[in-house]
Amino acid sequence: MSRMAATRDGYGQALLDLASNEKVVVLEADLGKSTKSLHFRKAHPERTVSCGIGEQNMLLTAAGLASSGYIPFASTFAIFTERAFEQMRNGVARPNLAVHLCGSHGGTHTGTDGSSAQSIEDLAIFRTLPNVIVMHPCDDVSTRVLTTKLASVNQPSYTRTARNKTPVLYDGREDEIEIGKGIVLREGGDVAIIACGVMVSEALKSADELAGMGIEATIVDMHTIKPLDTELVNSLAKKCGAIVTAEDHSVIGGLGGAVAEYLSSNIPIPLERVGVNDRFGESGQADEMLELMEISAPYITKSATRAINRK
Amino acid sequence: MSLSIIELEELARKCRVEIVKMVYRAQAGHPGGSLSEIDLISALYANYMRVKPDDPDWGDRDRFILSKGHASPGMYAILAEMGFITKEDLHSYRVLGGVCQGHVDMKWCPGVDFSAGSLGMGLSFGMGCSIAARLDGSNRNVFVMVGDGEIQEGSIWEAAMAAKHHELGNLKVILDRNRIQNDDFCESQMRMFDIPGKWKSFGWEVMEIDGHNTEEVVKGLDFLVNTNDNPAILIAHTVKGKGVSYMEDNPAFHGAAPNDEQFRVAMEELGEVIA
Repeated sequence: MSRMAATRDGYGQALLDLASNEKVVVLEADLGKSTKSLHFRKAHPERTVSCGIGEQNMLLTAAGLASSGYIPFASTFAIFTERAFEQMRNGVARPNLAVHLCGSHGGTHTGTDGSSAQSIEDLAIFRTLPNVIVMHPCDDVSTRVLTTKLASVNQPSYTRTARNKTPVLYDGREDEIEIGKGIVLREGGDVAIIACGVMVSEALKSADELAGMGIEATIVDMHTIKPLDTELVNSLAKKCGAIVTAEDHSVIGGLGGAVAEYLSSNIPIPLERVGVNDRFGESGQADEMLELMEISAPYITKSATRAINRK
Repeated sequence: MSLSIIELEELARKCRVEIVKMVYRAQAGHPGGSLSEIDLISALYANYMRVKPDDPDWGDRDRFILSKGHASPGMYAILAEMGFITKEDLHSYRVLGGVCQGHVDMKWCPGVDFSAGSLGMGLSFGMGCSIAARLDGSNRNVFVMVGDGEIQEGSIWEAAMAAKHHELGNLKVILDRNRIQNDDFCESQMRMFDIPGKWKSFGWEVMEIDGHNTEEVVKGLDFLVNTNDNPAILIAHTVKGKGVSYMEDNPAFHGAAPNDEQFRVAMEELGEVIA
């Protein structure tokens, strides 16, 4: 059994890793205990800015710091980053200030807090903004590596992390992780399943189910949704001829939307999108939510066979 | 250099002429709020801002954030007077590819510290600049100009609360209290009642002045730069469209350009001889 961990812990660890850079500052909106920026705050209170429960002010305070040469990392729940969307648009993305926003507790996987806390549109909305990198890593190791790399990126970013633990995939494989580069976790020629975040481990389960049916699937961790690794998507389309995307996010505009946009313009092959089907969630355990939303491994398997049949 | 009262008044007059010319040439833009703010920001730049027009990105410069970014002609006029941009650049106002974008933009115009255009954002941005100055151990100041209608935005009060929480004594706000917003008089859009009292209750140092009386403007700006223990706000009572009779106190000229005859009258009233 592999180690289990939450991606938000990887974020908290990354901030500590970055602390030796005096230009790194952390901003919180009363959820540092949850997003895991609290470790940085304890170690470096002088470089941590509490914004109270005020996300709009937090985003622009971060922008002001970035304009003055600092490297701000701001976090809150994914759902509450959406409240500051226009601040991100007009105050951060437009002047291309390197503010790094992290939304934790993303997706329906966040569970029993219910639908008000389950952001299913964050990846979509931030993906529409020019200059903004959008990421949704699947384990604590990749979250730590990707977050650390952001400190040397001169453009803004949005990273979604998850509340609950998922299997750790990258212990000892830190060197394979690059912003903007999807990672092939398993090779197969019949269908490619491109997943992000908590759905990567569901995709791996689905690959086992498919193998039992004689279907070989390539599994990709597409931790960076923007810029999309189109080179990889193109090679998967050529190799497999059918693609499935899997995300704990609306089927509209997220990873599935990004892949669909690329395929439709460049290499139109059958694509099935597994995601939250234009509806809101409710209170439930993480695994129950994936069932209710019809995005757990068996649904990925079903979509894979459908995609193959459409070849 | 420090300009005298008379010199400051002449500087503001010249800026007023350019404001009206810009809006007239573009046949669009926001003359009213530019004319109401200009006595304040021209005096601020001339006598208080520590900036280097030949090195606009100098890291330790004072910051000026025009949060009411639609009043950009006023800022462009003083930036040209200071030498950040040329008088020729003023012809690019609202023109494709021009440094003088419709709303002030740090990516386009030298000397602009904040990309404005969406109200309620500049104070929070200024907060970030203030915290950065403190972390740098610098005594540079951060000035933010907000409109009175603008403080109807909720995030202004997030920032007002946070600035006191963080004891940002280097953060200095000028509120252009011209009593008119886009659609009509503020009083009809959203009554704001005791504005000084609101800021005081958030822990700010408050001073009120007549924003067109140059001696009071200087006293008010002195108050801002000399208040360093608390965030401070200068509430300047102004007249929208000040200096052009038919624009004064007239909601129609929040965002409208003068026609040919109106332009001629404005130049005459502002003492500008047109060849």
